[in-house]
Amino acid sequence: MPAQIKRLALLFGLFLAIFLTARYFLVPKSFGEYGHYRGLSLTENQSKIPRYAGQAVCQDCHDDLAGLKSSNEHATLSCETCHGPSLIHAENQDSLPFRPSGRDFCLRCHRIHPARPAANVAMINPEEHNAGQQCTDCHNPHSPWENMK
Amino acid sequence: MGKHEIKNRRRFLKDAALIAGGLFVSGGTGPFGQILFATERKGTKGPWYGMGIDLEKCIGCGNCASACKAENGVSREPYYFRTWVEQYTILNDGTVKISSPNGGIDGFVQDFPESDIFKSFFVPKMCNHCENSPCVQVCPVGATFDSPEGVVLVDEHYCIGCRYCVQACPYGCRYIDPDRKVADKCTLCYHRIMNGMLPACVEVCPKGAKIFGDLNDPGSELVKFKREHSWQVLKPHMNTDSKVYYNGLRAEVR
Repeated sequence: MPAQIKRLALLFGLFLAIFLTARYFLVPKSFGEYGHYRGLSLTENQSKIPRYAGQAVCQDCHDDLAGLKSSNEHATLSCETCHGPSLIHAENQDSLPFRPSGRDFCLRCHRIHPARPAANVAMINPEEHNAGQQCTDCHNPHSPWENMK
Repeated sequence: MGKHEIKNRRRFLKDAALIAGGLFVSGGTGPFGQILFATERKGTKGPWYGMGIDLEKCIGCGNCASACKAENGVSREPYYFRTWVEQYTILNDGTVKISSPNGGIDGFVQDFPESDIFKSFFVPKMCNHCENSPCVQVCPVGATFDSPEGVVLVDEHYCIGCRYCVQACPYGCRYIDPDRKVADKCTLCYHRIMNGMLPACVEVCPKGAKIFGDLNDPGSELVKFKREHSWQVLKPHMNTDSKVYYNGLRAEVR
């Protein structure tokens, strides 16, 4: 074998060794476990902390309100639709969830709007419908048509 | 003549040996199938998650966009959304107007008088969790990938923030997180669905316009939704095999 081939082979071997060593340290341990990505990332993505508890958790304590709500137009709403993320409240009752107030909150869904499917939601024109009054003066949010005042 | 026959026979034997040898060799590739064949159908085992969106039910309250930000710690600035709502307005003269002020979180105003409007409707948008995701294909480091459940995820510790995926997504569903400087997107609330909860946007939707479910489970809500409605996906010509199915999707929606 000519000397220059030997030298080249040696160089090649050296590069290969450097490459494999670098690869060993640079490629994360779980890479390729399930596919072309870091397998551990699945666990990391999965273990983020949720903030919404879910209807079932609310119902465990508030079965009265949930029961009332389920008997009327607001049945399709989850508690957290209006009350916001409440997992912290479920774990520690001292921390209270959001308590909506004011006309603007209700109007997010109930303001008259041409893009809103009228069959799907009751809509009002806030300028004509008892302007200046609070929605909750007449309507119980957990049962909108109950005991209308 | 005789010479010709021998040549033909020799060619026949050669070809036969080649085919037989080829078959023999390919029979031994089983263990390397994942490397050799990139075409294996994904999601045939276990859950395979997707989302249904019923445009006939959406009332454009923006709760989904707002809840998504709260659940996933997305910047409250109006440029970053994992899910958002668009308002489409088709005027009587045929022009299509699209608006999405702050993703619909602050509510919508209709800029056109009712007499000019032919049709107006809301379209919630989100990551389509494509089976053939362009964003996954372009990632140079393998930081974005399909989970075994068909959810397109980002590995925030491996992403180098090169923005290829942001450009590649045909649906505009990705952004660079302003604090962490890595790509971010809807995870279908992976941390919730893998722990038996619904995605935050589905949880808070007041009209049940978003339907989450397992496409491999014939009894799931999503499979039921797909059976009962003539659904359509966004940009089917892109061959992304989107897993977000819209009911009542008009051709004007892009």
